[in-house]
Amino acid sequence: MSRIKRTFEQLKLDGRKGFIPFISAGDPDLETTAEIVVLLAELGADIIELGVPFSDPIADGPVIQASSQRSLDAGTTLGNILKMTAELKNRTDVPIVLFSYFNPLLNYGIERLVSDAAASGIDGILITDVIDDEASAISDTLAKNNIDLISLIAPTTTDTRLEQITQRANGFIYAISRAGITGARAESSSEAENLVSRIRRFTDLPIAVGFGISKREHIENVWRYADAAVVGSAIVTQIEKEKERAALLERIRAFTTSLLPKK
Amino acid sequence: MKHEPDEKGYWGDYGGRFVPETLVAPLDELTKAYFECRNDTEFRTDLSGFLQTIANRPSPLYFAERLTKELGGAKIYLKREDLNHTGAHKINNCIGQILLALKMGKTRIIAETGAGQHGVATATVCARFGLKCVVYMGTEDMRRQELNVFRMRLLGAEVRGVDSGSRTLKDAINEALRDWVTNVSDTFYLLGSALGPHPYPLMVRDFQSVIGRETRSQILAAEGRLPDILIACVGGGSNAIGLFHEFLQDDEVSMIGAEAGGRGEQLGEHAARFKPGAKAGVLHGTKSYLLQDSEGQIALTHSVSAGLDYASVGPEHAFLYDGGRVKYTSISDEEALSAFQLLSSIEGIIPALESSHAVAQAVKTAPQMSSDKLMVVNLSGRGDKDVAAVAEELGSDLGGTRLQ
Ligand SMILES: Cc1ncc(COP(=O)(O)O)c(C=O)c1O
Repeated sequence: MSRIKRTFEQLKLDGRKGFIPFISAGDPDLETTAEIVVLLAELGADIIELGVPFSDPIADGPVIQASSQRSLDAGTTLGNILKMTAELKNRTDVPIVLFSYFNPLLNYGIERLVSDAAASGIDGILITDVIDDEASAISDTLAKNNIDLISLIAPTTTDTRLEQITQRANGFIYAISRAGITGARAESSSEAENLVSRIRRFTDLPIAVGFGISKREHIENVWRYADAAVVGSAIVTQIEKEKERAALLERIRAFTTSLLPKK
Repeated sequence: MKHEPDEKGYWGDYGGRFVPETLVAPLDELTKAYFECRNDTEFRTDLSGFLQTIANRPSPLYFAERLTKELGGAKIYLKREDLNHTGAHKINNCIGQILLALKMGKTRIIAETGAGQHGVATATVCARFGLKCVVYMGTEDMRRQELNVFRMRLLGAEVRGVDSGSRTLKDAINEALRDWVTNVSDTFYLLGSALGPHPYPLMVRDFQSVIGRETRSQILAAEGRLPDILIACVGGGSNAIGLFHEFLQDDEVSMIGAEAGGRGEQLGEHAARFKPGAKAGVLHGTKSYLLQDSEGQIALTHSVSAGLDYASVGPEHAFLYDGGRVKYTSISDEEALSAFQLLSSIEGIIPALESSHAVAQAVKTAPQMSSDKLMVVNLSGRGDKDVAAVAEELGSDLGGTRLQ
């Protein structure tokens, strides 16, 4: 059983919902990223999404674009990210999902990625710009090494596609709360709840909701109807605000604590 | 050789659809609408009517007599896309796509632009048909193509400067895609070259193929036979595929696509995607040859011409390159600048800097051919937009007319 699956089963047994923070790997540098991962796990993250930086992140808003660029400026590579996650295995057992655009993975080589990622303790991979047959092929390759290809579903996804996507989906479903790019929003979306109930008609896989979730009320709301909430830009914004590592970790601790609904 | 992509939009290994899930439904909607129109008599009648009345088609096939004499080889004809309304081939595609947008009931048009020619052509058709228009343009390109920025604004378009990355075409496409993914229901993305996710490369090619169809009948009328060689510049690849497509089955017609060789061989100094050692990758929804670093990050590019300054190339060109049907060469900034001056002074035609790359290739190739051979060069646009930039490149003060 994959660690992602186990995580969601445990959540269910405990009667809890999941918290999935996203950060760009290598912003401001990979050593700090490792510290942030350990901290977020300690603060209650159930899964952590690590963004692989890309020069042309078309699905991202300004906050993650800037974060991705800082990471690239710091010289982050996919190889170094995997080295970091391999070292993290001794420090935390929080499941890790890589969140990437296709080209850096394609360039690395999918076969090579699958074996290196498996050896580095990666539990899932989410590729923003791969769909359909190409996604199925990658999913099959990943599954051989017990890595889940996480599928995205958008409010614009038709029922026909929902059926196809859920048939090959593994781990959990990532439901995009609204059509658009990543970034904090003031309002939480009512579209998301409809989308989640549509998805439930096709699969028993756990469903995480992301894009625009930035406040405690948003998380509470998502937890009413879905299995987990993904928070990205709101946390990445905190990273942008602090240069010095200890102060940055303190800031993330304070912010995350204020974000999470009381148990 | 097969010239239609498969139903997923692949030519061999190239093309396809690599997009965020949110864009799949609008792309399916677009594909369905396009295939309904593609062979629909009424749509085609409307299209050719507007190509005539708005764009001023057919464009002439012009015998470049003095250039031919100067180069002393093949007989050179210029396909005068520069004489289209708005001054480039871009309008052909814009008329096609806006008719489709109207059919689909879309009310807001977005576009990217590099040189500004596609932005101007989009703003023009939006003005003509009364649709709201937003054009994304890299701020570096806005600086290089000031005149076109002003033209777009005059035409009622909102020009949004894009300050990320290299601040050129690639970044403008990123931003247009972000807009589209956010506003899928009312917005039509009027993409300006034969690239992007399926069905764009096919659709843009179809709309630009009017160039080749006219060329065929014009050269047959003038010379009674097909040309021996076709030359076009290749940015995203729309003017080139528009000319080439009609002749792909004619084995006796050879073809050269001229890419931007920029100012050097190193990554970042040019936009020649087919240089030896080139590699395929995925950018902007399609798989094709792609200038990238060792980590798969998209490389910065350079060209004196904004319209060729792009890291990838339309997927059908990638397929034609692999198969050897079309030969791709690169032309340096310097060669393009001298061709710009040569054509201006010898034929009285100021070519766009993009098209100057095709002219520069003709300067190299024509003398190696005998005088009974026929060459057609696609003059994709006129150079008025480039005059100030060329003056700067040549260190001229615009003839001393600038205020001191
Ligand atoms: C006059 C002209 N020619 C050529 C191009 C290059 O585009 P494509 O390769 O799609 O024809 C442009 C692009 O802006 C242009 O303005």
